Amino acid sequence: MSVRAPRAIALIDGNSFYCSCERVFDPKLARVPVIVLSNNDGCAIARTAEAKALGIRMGEPYFRIRDLCRSQGVRVFSSNYTLYGDMSGRTNAVYRQFSPRVEIYSIDESFLDLSDVAAPVRVELARDLRATVRAWTGIPTCVGIGPTKTLAKLANHIAKSVPALDGVCDLTDAAAYDHWLCRVAVGEVWGIGRASLAKLEAMGVESVADLRDLDPRPVRKGLTVVGERIIHELRGLACLPLDLVPARRKGCAVTRSFSARITDRATLEEAVAAHATRLGEKLRREGLGTDHVTVFYHTSEHDRDAPQRSVATTVSLPEHSSDTLALIQAARLGVAKTWRDPSPDRPAWRYSKAGVVTNDLWPLAESPRALIGALDRARSGPLMAAMDACNARWGRGAVVPARAGLVARRDWTTKFDMRTPRYTTQIAELPIAIAGPR
Amino acid sequence: MSLRRVATLPQDGPGTVRVPLVGPAVCAGFPSPADDFLEGALELPRWLVPNPPATFLMQVRGESMRGAGIFDRDLACVDRSLMPQHDSVVVAVVDALLSCKRYRFEGNTPRLAFDNPDLPAFAVDEASEVEIWGVVRFTIRWHVARGRLA
Repeated sequence: MSVRAPRAIALIDGNSFYCSCERVFDPKLARVPVIVLSNNDGCAIARTAEAKALGIRMGEPYFRIRDLCRSQGVRVFSSNYTLYGDMSGRTNAVYRQFSPRVEIYSIDESFLDLSDVAAPVRVELARDLRATVRAWTGIPTCVGIGPTKTLAKLANHIAKSVPALDGVCDLTDAAAYDHWLCRVAVGEVWGIGRASLAKLEAMGVESVADLRDLDPRPVRKGLTVVGERIIHELRGLACLPLDLVPARRKGCAVTRSFSARITDRATLEEAVAAHATRLGEKLRREGLGTDHVTVFYHTSEHDRDAPQRSVATTVSLPEHSSDTLALIQAARLGVAKTWRDPSPDRPAWRYSKAGVVTNDLWPLAESPRALIGALDRARSGPLMAAMDACNARWGRGAVVPARAGLVARRDWTTKFDMRTPRYTTQIAELPIAIAGPR
Repeated sequence: MSLRRVATLPQDGPGTVRVPLVGPAVCAGFPSPADDFLEGALELPRWLVPNPPATFLMQVRGESMRGAGIFDRDLACVDRSLMPQHDSVVVAVVDALLSCKRYRFEGNTPRLAFDNPDLPAFAVDEASEVEIWGVVRFTIRWHVARGRLA
């Protein structure tokens, strides 16, 4: 890599991030087990330490732990992504006051460049960072520091697992590096998947230090170039630069499971129109356009005895566009081309999921115009801008194309039965501060 | 008392530029699952909110802070980066509920007090046992009935 390699990188992440967001606004959740469920309340995707102690595993289907949750008093929530996204933005705003170079890696993890911080005060700074994030946003975090991203990630894992470290582990410190690398199992290394782990165990590699001491060249055969890169990173040779500016989006997808199985064409058409509407909003936010829409819908593999069908079809647009009405038209054409009515000898398929996807996005300003069938951008631009402005002011779904159906009447949309209020973004859902004798 | 860092942030300059309390973030690694749920609703002028990431809006319910000029259903702008001082209006966690109170020292002991002539002075015996959620920077009240929140 020709990029100037940072000498110290911190990975900071929120502890049980989604659960912690819920706890900030509801003090009753302190010290009790809390879990947050995935879309449609499918499975546990965030667990507090108390919930983990009850044996609730990551990704465990909710139906399997419902009784346990009831009997053990586990507080269960649907995911409140509006809240988590807002809280994520707040934590990153705090991180930026500690380092001007921040890579937001995921909703709850960010890399910070701490190269300009003198080695002896890095841990002190990390403690100040944790305390500030905790005080300002209410979110508890852990910080791992290392000379490379892979070591920062490993340090973060150590900071999380060893309570005595009080949430901070610095592997740029030679003594800590020597101490921990031979004590942590190789499976904890970022990028070592289940298949690689089996190969490594067969080679007698148990600890992270064992992996670091392998000769990287022969490893390339068994573990590919990724394995070789991991070994270099574990030795402190940075192969992964910080992504300070996320790459331009190349593709975009809006997909959802239905709250219940659907069998009729009208509902499917409304759903893909709603997804196309959302796709348009996302493209316009980034000034991008697409020249095709891929529509897919399928039945569920969980319905083992029911007939299965999976459909995906691509409809071309005459030129790149982010116009919601053009996207809806294309998406509906995709359904029209592929829909099959049930007949007396063939029962209706029970569809579980639908989506719209594009794979080739271009900045609209740079995209070539079509000679034939060019879309009317002079008309579409202001119309879309007006629609976006209404939805920004009065909330998502205030103005929708008729084809997509009114948000309140969409009974197929993803279920969030146990979602908390959107405390930080909706004026009607603010937290309540009691001012009373009781 | 939990550790508090006092805000000493430079302002971007006065003005009436509206800032959302936070902005959307684009992730470099994993696409954010929150991407589809981002909203940009609550905006406040920059000069009112020196530290957006630590600032939260709340609705006050009840009359126990009338002496501070805070009435039922007023909005409170709560800043978690401010250190509570003697006589600060704060949001504290009392009986696992968010509660708006006056923060007062009696000698060296911090206590939480009502601010309403009809009520006894003190709500909780020892404020050191409760967590201060944040300090109320200002409140908003409507003087037309319709502006009130439900």
